[in-house]
Amino acid sequence: AASLQTHPGPYSGNLTPTPHEDVTHYNNFYEFGMGKADPAARSQDFHPLPWTLEITGLVRKPVRLDVEQLLRSAAMEERIYRMRCVEAWSMVIPWDGLPLASLLKDADPDPRATHVAFESVLRPSEMPGQSDGLSGIQWPYVEGLRLDEAMNPLTLLALGVYGETLPNQNGAPIRLVVPWKYGFKGIKSLQRIRLLDHEPPTTWNRLASDEYGFYANVNPQVDHPRWSQATERVIGAHSLFGATRQPTLMFNGYGEQVADLYRGMDLRKNF
Amino acid sequence: MLQRHWRVILYPLGMIPAGWLVWQGQHGALGADPVNVFERSLGLWAFRFLLACLALAPLRRFAGISINLLRYRRLTGLLAFFYASLHVLAYVGLDHGFDWTVLWTDITHRFFIILGMSALVLLIPLALTSNALSMRLMKRRWKFLHKLIYPATVLAGIHFFLSFKTLNSVSEPYLAALALLLACRILPKRRV
Repeated sequence: AASLQTHPGPYSGNLTPTPHEDVTHYNNFYEFGMGKADPAARSQDFHPLPWTLEITGLVRKPVRLDVEQLLRSAAMEERIYRMRCVEAWSMVIPWDGLPLASLLKDADPDPRATHVAFESVLRPSEMPGQSDGLSGIQWPYVEGLRLDEAMNPLTLLALGVYGETLPNQNGAPIRLVVPWKYGFKGIKSLQRIRLLDHEPPTTWNRLASDEYGFYANVNPQVDHPRWSQATERVIGAHSLFGATRQPTLMFNGYGEQVADLYRGMDLRKNF
Repeated sequence: MLQRHWRVILYPLGMIPAGWLVWQGQHGALGADPVNVFERSLGLWAFRFLLACLALAPLRRFAGISINLLRYRRLTGLLAFFYASLHVLAYVGLDHGFDWTVLWTDITHRFFIILGMSALVLLIPLALTSNALSMRLMKRRWKFLHKLIYPATVLAGIHFFLSFKTLNSVSEPYLAALALLLACRILPKRRV
C-alpha cells in the first residue's frame, strides 16, 4: 500500500482506531472467501489499478473517473468512523476518501433520480469466491442507497485506510463507506454508480430478505432474526477473557447527522 | 493397553481440543474476535462427537469393524455433552456476560437458538443415565430413551447450518455426513 496525501476531515470525534492488523486482517469480502482471514490471504492476485469508476444513469453529465487521479486528489480527507457489522461486532476505522456527494454533484443528477445503485467488480479469475459457486450469492455484488442518503456528508468513497491506499482485502481501489449502516452496505471494489428513479436490488437482501433489509440502518432495537443487535463485540482485544461488549448506538452514533432522513418512517418495517 | 486403560486415555484425549482452545484464547491465537471463534469451535466439536457417536453402529455393520458399541457410544456421547455444555456456557457467560434479558429473548424468540438449546436439553437425560446402574434399572426404557441421540443430532445439525449466513464449504461436509448416517439408520437391517 502506498501512502496518501490526506488531511483530517469532519465527523471523526475522538474515537480510537482499531489496530491496523485487525482492520486489514479481519474482513468480510465474500469475493475472496467466507472466512474472516480469507480476504487477506486470497486477494493477492487481484489487480486494483488501473481502475475506472463510472457514474451514469439519470445524470446530465455521465462521468468516467480515473481512480489513479482520484488517489492524488487534494480533497482527500481522513474520517475516523465506527464500523458496525450486521454480525454484531464493531471496529473503529480511519478511512481516507472523498465525500460521495462531491462526485455525484459533478455528474449533475437529473431531478427524476431518487436512488443510487452501486455495482462491484466481476472477476472470477482474480476473486476465488466468485467462481466456487458455494455461497449462492449472485455476482457481482450490488448495493443501493436513496439519493438523499448518498448525498449525506457522512457518505464516503474510501480510497485508503490508515493513510495508505486500500489493501485488496479492504476493497481496493475504491469502496463505499456509510457509517450509520451495517457494514455490508459498504460495497467494495466499486466500479459502477447508476442514478435511478426506483430502489435497486441489493445483494444480501436478494439472498435473505427477512434478515437484511434495503436500509440496513444500525438499530439496537431491531434484532436480526438469529441474534440481538442491542450490543456488539468490540474487535481488537485478542484475549478470550478480556474481550468486551458494548451497547450499540442508534444509527451507530450518527443520529445527529442522519435521523432526519428517516423521520416518520417505521424503522421496524424499513429495517 | 487401550483395552485396559481406555478410560484414562480416551476421555482426556477427547478434551484436548477444549484445552487447546482455552490456551489459544489466552494467548491471543484465536484472532480478532476470540469469543466468537471459541464459542463456534466448541459447538462444532459437540456436533463432531454427536456424529462420531452415530457413526459407531454403521461402522460395525457395514465396515465390519468390531467395536464395543456401548463403551464408545458412552465416550463420544459424553464428550458431545461436555462440548455442548461448554458451548452454551461460552454463549451465556463469555459472549453475553450473563445478560439474562438478552438471553431470555434469544431463548424464547429465536428459532436458531431454540434449536440449539433443544438439542442440549435432549442430551441431558442421556448424560444423566449413561451409567450402568441406570441401564440396569431402566431396562428396555433405557434403549428407547437413548434413541434421543438422533433428534438431538438433527436439531444440532440444523442449528449448525443456520449459524452461517450462506451455504458454505465448512458446514456442507458435516451435513452430508449427518444425512449419510441417518440413511444408514433407515436402511433395512440385513439378516446374516
